[in-house]
Amino acid sequence: MNLLVDPTFRVVALGTAAIGIVAGILGTFAMLRRQSLLGDAVSHAALPGIVGAFMLTSSKATIVLIMGAAVAGWLGALLVRGVVRSTRVKDDAALGVVLASFFGVGLVLLTFVQRWPEATQAGLNRFLFGQAATLLERDVWLIAGIGSAILLVVAVCWKEFALLTFDPDLARTLGLPVTRLDLLLTSLIVLAIVVGLQAVGVVLMSSALVAPAAAARQWTSSLGRMALLAGLFGGISGVAGAAVSAGVSRVPTGPAIVVCASSLVIVSLLFAPHRGIVWRIARRRAGMRRHALPV
Amino acid sequence: MSSAQLDVQLVAAVTAVACAIPGVFLVLRRLSLVSDAISHAVLLGIVVAFLISGELASPLLPIGAIITGLLTVTLVDVLRNSGLVREDTAIGLTFPFLFSIAVILIARNAGNVHLDTDAVLLGELAFAPFNRLEIGGYDLGPQALVVMGGMLLLNVALVVVLYKELKLSAFDPELAAALGLAPGAVHLLLMSSVSMTTLTAFDAVGSILVVGLMIGPPATAFLLVESLGAMLFLSGALGVVAALAGYWVANLLDASIGGAIAASCGALFLAALVGSPTRGVVAVGLRRGRQRRQLGAALVVARLQREQQPVALDSLAVALGWDGRTLAQAVAAAHAEALIAVDGEQLRLLPAGQAHRSDE
Repeated sequence: MNLLVDPTFRVVALGTAAIGIVAGILGTFAMLRRQSLLGDAVSHAALPGIVGAFMLTSSKATIVLIMGAAVAGWLGALLVRGVVRSTRVKDDAALGVVLASFFGVGLVLLTFVQRWPEATQAGLNRFLFGQAATLLERDVWLIAGIGSAILLVVAVCWKEFALLTFDPDLARTLGLPVTRLDLLLTSLIVLAIVVGLQAVGVVLMSSALVAPAAAARQWTSSLGRMALLAGLFGGISGVAGAAVSAGVSRVPTGPAIVVCASSLVIVSLLFAPHRGIVWRIARRRAGMRRHALPV
Repeated sequence: MSSAQLDVQLVAAVTAVACAIPGVFLVLRRLSLVSDAISHAVLLGIVVAFLISGELASPLLPIGAIITGLLTVTLVDVLRNSGLVREDTAIGLTFPFLFSIAVILIARNAGNVHLDTDAVLLGELAFAPFNRLEIGGYDLGPQALVVMGGMLLLNVALVVVLYKELKLSAFDPELAAALGLAPGAVHLLLMSSVSMTTLTAFDAVGSILVVGLMIGPPATAFLLVESLGAMLFLSGALGVVAALAGYWVANLLDASIGGAIAASCGALFLAALVGSPTRGVVAVGLRRGRQRRQLGAALVVARLQREQQPVALDSLAVALGWDGRTLAQAVAAAHAEALIAVDGEQLRLLPAGQAHRSDE
């Protein structure tokens, strides 16, 4: 089977590539802002939104489900933020509670819908582990459209987001609307997550967000280069994951993408110049040789 | 209520208490999401052990699960200690990777692996009563109940024996190390307990519910009580409440029991978040409002004491640099406590205000 000329595969690969690029770039901010695990909570929290949107509209159109997912994911993210700000409960526990309880509500709704006479829940289950093969051409257009909008906002607000990420206190003293910027960036991260759910699934979407950014971080210390590289890594993982999923029978797309992205992380952690583990060991050895006393 | 219904509720309640005990320490040590990581990663251990042994009842499975649980924790520690990524990223990288490999292994061997990823993730509590443990012809009850009961006893024993060590390593790990209480070993034991509890609970309730039961009740109790002992007992009790409430909601809607229990944990947390008498949003908001009004009243009184004569409202606003609303609230508060009198636009001190000391 020649994947490159297969039109179905081209559609799917374009879709997963777009998801990977957007998630990688937004993941850069999520990771640097110590929100790596926010993605995990948001993607799980999106489930009741997906099922709820279906229950309300009886439609399985991607746009409807994405909107439902965005609303629920956004609520989850706001709840985590609110709990951390107003109580002594720390972010890890807040994330855990939101993740499990939203997902629980989603499961209740999902199993409830399954009892409906039309048995129309088929197609909702794919949101657990993602099935890129279900991406249609119009879905890809939708993903590309939302993705471009997200990236456009990031480009416009680049300086503000960079400042917010590295020095929120300075941003506040400079008179930037920090709270609103923080909300905007969090909302963009939520949107980047929910756009990818159909292909990657709620269980693993957090990894598609964080892994490319973690890999990119090892190669550069500049935010701009890191974001571009994370986008590139995300895109590569998306295409490679879709290819593995399409080429090898019975491999769901989400796990395939995650394994590809994780492999990039492992390579980066080991071999990236300056930071990589192998590089550091080699430099230490060279240093020891240089400073060894002549016998 | 049929005996099967009773069995399901018993299993759910016992699981809830067994999960809440290690959960309290996870929440206190800010390691809550380790439960999420372990509950996903142990799947890999179970699958690999199953592929080696070929049967679901093999003793290799629990061993495999514990090894992967500890492997996950170790990997997270190694990644974090390398200084290349931070702890949250380390967790976010580790478990999806291990879980993905497990899902792919299951999917690839679907023909001969009778493990359903959905079932592992979501669990099916409703089937618990039908898998019974019989020894020598005697029915000992549902297997899940016996296993979870054993796990509960183990966790209780761990806390009773190592209460001091666990407490100190939760609140002050440096002091624990300095006193020679081996926080490393305690950490490892706690993580083993989390891994084993996750594995045993998994079968019955699925991995997401494990996270809900481990984190939800302890986080709720954290908003309500101030001591470790009280937090342990309250977490257990809240877990039981969530389990029973979730069961009956699921029964009513004919929906997933595990999902409903996880949702109940969230509902309890939300209730405590809003209504906790000491740390709830409402109580804190009321307290802050009261303090703001008291401070405002004290400042108005102090100003009047310094002037030693009646002062007009608008000159007071200028002197204190306040807007009209803040001033009105402060004046109202001082008036309500009979510290000042308001004559039209003029404020003057009453005897109680003359004698008032703001540091009282």
